[in-house]
Amino acid sequence: MAVKIIAEKCIGCGICEKNCPFEAIKIENKIAVVLDSCTGCGVCVEGCPKNCIENTQTSMSNVDISLYHGVWVFAEQRQGKLMNVAVELLGEAQKLASEIGTEVCAVLAGDNVDNLVDELFEYGADKVYYANDPLLSNYTADGYTNVVFRAILKYKPEIVLLGATHIGRDLGPSLAVKCGTGLTADCTKLDIDPEDKKLMQTRPAFGGNLMATIVCPGHRPQMSTVRPGVMTRAERQPGRKGQLIDLKAELKFKFKDGDIRQSVLEVIKSTVELAKLTDADIIISGGRGLAPTPDEGFALLKKLADKLGGTIGASRAAVDSGWIDHSYQVGQTGTTVKPKIYFACGISGAIQHLAGMQSSDYIVAINKNENASIFEVADYGIVGDLYKVIPAIIEALDAQVA
Amino acid sequence: MKIVVCAKQVPDTNEVKIDPVKGTLIRDGVPSILNPDDANALEAALKIKDVSPDTTVSVVSMGPPQATYMLKECIAMGADDAYLLSSRAFGGADTCATSTTIAAGIKKLGDVDLIFAGRQAIDGDTAQVGPQLAQRLGLPFVTYVQNVREVKNGKVIVERQLEDGYEVIEVKLPCVLTAVKELNTPRYMSVPRVLYACDEAEIKIWNEVDVELDPADCGLNASPTKVLKSFTPPPKGKGEILTGTINEMATSVVAKLKEKHAI
Repeated sequence: MAVKIIAEKCIGCGICEKNCPFEAIKIENKIAVVLDSCTGCGVCVEGCPKNCIENTQTSMSNVDISLYHGVWVFAEQRQGKLMNVAVELLGEAQKLASEIGTEVCAVLAGDNVDNLVDELFEYGADKVYYANDPLLSNYTADGYTNVVFRAILKYKPEIVLLGATHIGRDLGPSLAVKCGTGLTADCTKLDIDPEDKKLMQTRPAFGGNLMATIVCPGHRPQMSTVRPGVMTRAERQPGRKGQLIDLKAELKFKFKDGDIRQSVLEVIKSTVELAKLTDADIIISGGRGLAPTPDEGFALLKKLADKLGGTIGASRAAVDSGWIDHSYQVGQTGTTVKPKIYFACGISGAIQHLAGMQSSDYIVAINKNENASIFEVADYGIVGDLYKVIPAIIEALDAQVA
Repeated sequence: MKIVVCAKQVPDTNEVKIDPVKGTLIRDGVPSILNPDDANALEAALKIKDVSPDTTVSVVSMGPPQATYMLKECIAMGADDAYLLSSRAFGGADTCATSTTIAAGIKKLGDVDLIFAGRQAIDGDTAQVGPQLAQRLGLPFVTYVQNVREVKNGKVIVERQLEDGYEVIEVKLPCVLTAVKELNTPRYMSVPRVLYACDEAEIKIWNEVDVELDPADCGLNASPTKVLKSFTPPPKGKGEILTGTINEMATSVVAKLKEKHAI
């Protein structure tokens, strides 16, 4: 518990009992008593008219780290569909858990997404912590923080992994502060220190110019967000089962008015399918070199993509010029991809772009400027005008088939 | 209405180059700039001030003393005043400790109606300080704000960017919003404001005593995460530059990809 009642000053007014979102304060003999379910959220401290509640700031620092077990994956879902990154994280979690010698757990929140529970077992979760509530139907920072935080508090995982999506990057920092622990953003590599079993989290910084390996030695859980498209997906094992933990029953939680301060009025889907870039085996990306006829340029890239069963992508320059939607952007501030073949057409190869595509199996660069940095990472470089080179490649592909 | 904008001075990472021989970062001559997303955050605040002139916009930053130049830039864009949290005690802070310090600075400013921050800074790209700050202040937050639809009756309606679209969210004031570049186009500094910023405006500098923080709660001491090592990513071996006519090169690349069973 993280708050203390100063008994001499307490008048037993009961305001804290009403204010407490977790029903963790009770008035006994006209004095407020803090129960074990206190999360240290501090709502009572602010609301006390007599200033007789103190926040004792027991963040989880100097925690007994031996009490924390298991690798947790936040099973992000949208509209009842499990996000790819959750499956990738389950793959990574299995690797980490076997090195530590612990279990893989998924934490799932949503409204009637029971079908995902079995899916999570099949993708390798030994346990699924499931919070099922109509108010968790859409992601909200408050709703999800509340329930996942309480689950972490009760079950004490040693590692919590979240996808570095717009949702994971919202929930992660919020949870980390509540838990009083550290969080490493956008990891591209995770390892277990063979000696002390600590999590070593590697991430790019400085726009991908520098890599840093970060540890969280004295606090638990060790939390990371991981970029989608980086880790290898877990294999699906049909019929695999695990243990289901109903968080609503176990934590005895129910949302009250004011618990969730953000309300989602509407969700608008863009016409672009989200999964296309991260799932694609072949990506044909265009950049500034598509000028001065970007529409024609992307149509040409699309033609090659269709021929190869791939999809198109873009550099930040192309997106910033308004030629194509942001969702097509590959790179540090866009999507990280690792297809079998990445065609970079008219892309100079800014470090931020390279950070998002350089782990592709094969990189083909087409650029007029022979000094473009993209040639530094390309397996095959063609110096030339993409408007001539791509039609020639399409022709060569046709010739191969014929 | 009282608005606070959180801003950071960052090296322009677009200008950072790698020494091709040593494989190390070349930092010399890299200019320091106002973090791009933070410029969008400031613009969003100034837009509110444009329509409600009784609004005050204060900018808060944490960083070394030279960050005052960036804060003067913010004043030249139209911010009313600016505060720099600067002290040796704040050094080595991770996002967790940074958010504690900035939260303490904002508390010192008193009751605030709205806090804007950039989604992330281009030197760290973590996107953590905004939501962490909100959590420390006990305020609701919305990240990735791409549009502020309306601010009225103690509420704000915003569009939050998702990878596959966006959602419309209503949240009560006070709250923290983090801005993405799609939110707006930051205005230029005006000549009179530049003159004011250079000659008259004073950037207040606060240390841990000013914001009533225990040094144990600041900087490296209060950072749960530690950097074990940092390194420049190994460059991928340079491949082959094809030669010949365009048709020859095209045929060659197709043949090579076939050979590797990539297509």
